[in-house]
Amino acid sequence: MARWGRIGFYALLGVILVYTVFPFYWAVNASLQTPQELFDVTWFPFSFNFGNYAGVFENQPFGRNILNSVFVAVLTVAVSLFLSVTAAYALGRVKFRGRAPLLLMVLSVSMFPQVAVLGGMFELIRSLGLYNNLFGLVLSYMIFTLPFTVWVLTTFMRELPKELEEAAIMDGATPWITITKVFMPLMWPALVTTGLLAFIAAWNEFLFALTFTLTNDMRTVPVAIANFSGGTQHELPWGNIMAASVIVTVPLIVLVLIFQRRIVSGLTAGAVKG
Amino acid sequence: MTVTNTVDRAGTADRPAAAPLQRLSAHSQSRVRQAWLFLAPMLIVLALVAGWPLLRTIDFSFTDASLNTMGDANYVGFANYLAYGPPLDAFDPETGEYYLYDAVNDRNFVLQAETGRLIDETDFDNLIVYELRDGTYVNVDTGEAAPGIADPLFTWSGVLADALWWRSVANTLIFTVASVTLEVILGVGIALALNAGFKARGLLRAAVLIPWAIPTVVSAKMWGWMYHDSFGVINEILLGLGLISAGLAWTADPELAMMAVVFVDVWKTTPFMALLVLAALQMLPSECYEAAKIDGVHPVKVFFKVTLPLIKPALMVAIIFRSLDALRIFDLIYVLTANTEATMTMSVYARQQLIDFQNVGVGSAASTVLFFVIALITVLYLMVGRVRLSSE
Repeated sequence: MARWGRIGFYALLGVILVYTVFPFYWAVNASLQTPQELFDVTWFPFSFNFGNYAGVFENQPFGRNILNSVFVAVLTVAVSLFLSVTAAYALGRVKFRGRAPLLLMVLSVSMFPQVAVLGGMFELIRSLGLYNNLFGLVLSYMIFTLPFTVWVLTTFMRELPKELEEAAIMDGATPWITITKVFMPLMWPALVTTGLLAFIAAWNEFLFALTFTLTNDMRTVPVAIANFSGGTQHELPWGNIMAASVIVTVPLIVLVLIFQRRIVSGLTAGAVKG
Repeated sequence: MTVTNTVDRAGTADRPAAAPLQRLSAHSQSRVRQAWLFLAPMLIVLALVAGWPLLRTIDFSFTDASLNTMGDANYVGFANYLAYGPPLDAFDPETGEYYLYDAVNDRNFVLQAETGRLIDETDFDNLIVYELRDGTYVNVDTGEAAPGIADPLFTWSGVLADALWWRSVANTLIFTVASVTLEVILGVGIALALNAGFKARGLLRAAVLIPWAIPTVVSAKMWGWMYHDSFGVINEILLGLGLISAGLAWTADPELAMMAVVFVDVWKTTPFMALLVLAALQMLPSECYEAAKIDGVHPVKVFFKVTLPLIKPALMVAIIFRSLDALRIFDLIYVLTANTEATMTMSVYARQQLIDFQNVGVGSAASTVLFFVIALITVLYLMVGRVRLSSE
């Protein structure tokens, strides 16, 4: 009885594993097949054909798209971390009237449906001359990265021992010095976690990128993949699409596997507590 | 109230210890001023990218703005939401008149936009002119009231009168309920499995994170390939098992498209649910379980009587979180099934009006309705979830 229970349990685990990983395996599989093999369900990419990967970069400005995505995501992370570290210091360490409503307001912004601001954001981006411009994307991405980073860093900042700050103040340190010299070294774990989650959010964003960019060479990776088109109108270049999908997903999976624990704690801190 | 109290209580932690008290209290005034200085950049950016666009979108929803003439739009009241009047496509901007046909009585009318006069021109030699007085059309010559004369001519317009909008609302609700329900069941199941100690737990937890990390657009494409009607692996498996006799067009068939979308969303977001539930499970006191074990209570009963009530608060928060996400779903549906009616959600509808049809007014009205729906649920969330602003 117990043994059957164990076997059943491991079978269940196996099913979960296949369920979560199979679609990604299937994309890798398709990306390594020749066009002929694609038109027949092949369970293993026997030919290991890398033509699809080369094709991705030959047929579209995909290299440029990757650079765009990296640029936008890195800048988004840098700006939102800078803005939220200073804000988190004020929200987490200083007691002042209106702090709770402010935190609530920041939290409620994270609930905004992106589409709810689309019209106004379009006007803003265009009036700033940032339409079809990567800086426009960075600016608009603040709406979903900032509430999250401010929230998590405030929670973290609040838990740092108060003696540290008192000592710094006694030594005559300004708040800026306190943040950069005293708190920052302690905050690296929180910064890495929030930065990573913000990076993934910016890297994956689709709606704003689709709406605020126009030309192929300004597109970020998700929009580029969504718009991949083949030689004929009716048949999509599935091999290329799968190759591109694998290219942009592998770095993310590597990051996630390395920072597994941090991500889990960051996600649960953002959701369960906030 | 709860929120404010917890924050204030947490705030006392910042109160300085006895020794440096005096020096710090001298500081406290400037400290608060500096705090606002440190907050300012974040608040300005947030106001610029969230507050301002939101207000502008709500403002646009009361205008006839189009994408190219966003600056000089006219206010049209609630017309983008709901209005009763002549159909907009009957308007001739050159003459400023609506040309209307009463199919019931076979009569032709002209409505002058400027004067508001309704003219029955069925018989050109005998034009009958009506004027609106106190909400009723009155024959100008005879002074006779002609109630109901406009009913066959006028229609309801605006987002709330659009059948496609209500279809989108229904789709969004179906999608939200179906996907969140499945995610909860699967998520709890996976979390329970992960919570039971076993050797390969780390591996499985890592595997579970993979769907979460994959960009939504990419997962839509991956599944689009698996769903392919002629070369897709899902049809191949189902054919092999003899469950279907011919390949199904999963994403194109209106009856299957919604199911196809829900499957992908469940695959992608169950990990999130599972990890949240797992975090809650790991915080449970082990005493309850030991007691239940000694009493020989059946595990299923333990789950429903002990585990579920204990993780319920965390589960509720996760459910509301996921529901908010599901209600605003855009990219998965846009990429997997494009703008088809069968899966169109509120976000897809709003963007289609706003960008594809360049009808900023109507699109913004739809956005605004969606915003208030989500705002309502957020308030509910804050009440049910009793968000702890401090980290207790």
